[in-house]
Amino acid sequence: MGRVVVEVMPKPEILDPQGKAVVRQLPRLGFTQFTSARQGKRFELEVEGDVTDEVLAAAREAAETLLSNPIIEDVVRVADISDVDAEVPA
Amino acid sequence: MGALASARIGVVTFPGTLDDRDAARAVRLAGGEPVSLWHGDADLHGVDAVVLPGGFSYGDYLRAGAISRFAPVMDVLVDAAKGGLPLLGICNGFQVLTESHLLPGSMIKNDHLHFACREQVLTVENAETAWTRDYTRGQRITIPLKNQDGQFVADERTLDELEGEGRVVFRYADANPNGSRRDIAGVTNARGNVVGLMPHPEHAVEAGFGPASEAGPRAGTDGLGFFTSVLGALVSA
Repeated sequence: MGRVVVEVMPKPEILDPQGKAVVRQLPRLGFTQFTSARQGKRFELEVEGDVTDEVLAAAREAAETLLSNPIIEDVVRVADISDVDAEVPA
Repeated sequence: MGALASARIGVVTFPGTLDDRDAARAVRLAGGEPVSLWHGDADLHGVDAVVLPGGFSYGDYLRAGAISRFAPVMDVLVDAAKGGLPLLGICNGFQVLTESHLLPGSMIKNDHLHFACREQVLTVENAETAWTRDYTRGQRITIPLKNQDGQFVADERTLDELEGEGRVVFRYADANPNGSRRDIAGVTNARGNVVGLMPHPEHAVEAGFGPASEAGPRAGTDGLGFFTSVLGALVSA
């Protein structure tokens, strides 16, 4: 079983009301070092077999048509979850 | 039977639609015949115009209107609208129209993050669309506004295009309730048959059940003109 990660973020020029609410709350909890917050979405798409190039291509198409709205959002990553996990230091 | 009385206006119901009955009632009060259309039925049943009503189709999951856009009825509706069928999207219906790319821009969460529910004054900017011909340019109307994701956004080039082509149909007057770019409350396509707006004309069509007006509390019927407009547009078409 394979899994594809799709990450979607609000476009830089679009104000992100949810991110603004988050960054306003942080200093009240003592986190004064964060000057900005943006909130996006992460999808995990599962397939029966391995994550092949064809699977990634299909995931990219799904990301552009359904998972994001190109007017307000950018697809910032479409990748095999094992590659994504490998980035995280142990 | 006159042409007006025989005009059939479809009202689409998606899972989670809330205002389909109000929209059907508004059609009836204007003198038309409302026809219920179902999201899963790829057939417009010969209607002369269509209203996509408000609500929270598919719970606003993913993005408001994003799932509904792919409903079977939308395939035939998008083609019909491109062919000139009058189509009005109210609130969630407007969100479906932007997700379908029938109208430009998109709606994001209100800038203040709260649900907004108020009687909203609008200025009519374009009184030549299929849905606004019974108004006059510059007229102020009051209809209810109720939404969470009502902030209209588009890039500057698109906004300039909309302004230049007279495709801003309504602007919020007195106060901008949600941070919408350039106070835009509603827009139309180039042909003027497709109109979308966030406020709710179908809730201001019968005295006693509308917003406050000079005639008294709940006496406002400023929304009725949308529905009489389209009946008139169909007669003259």
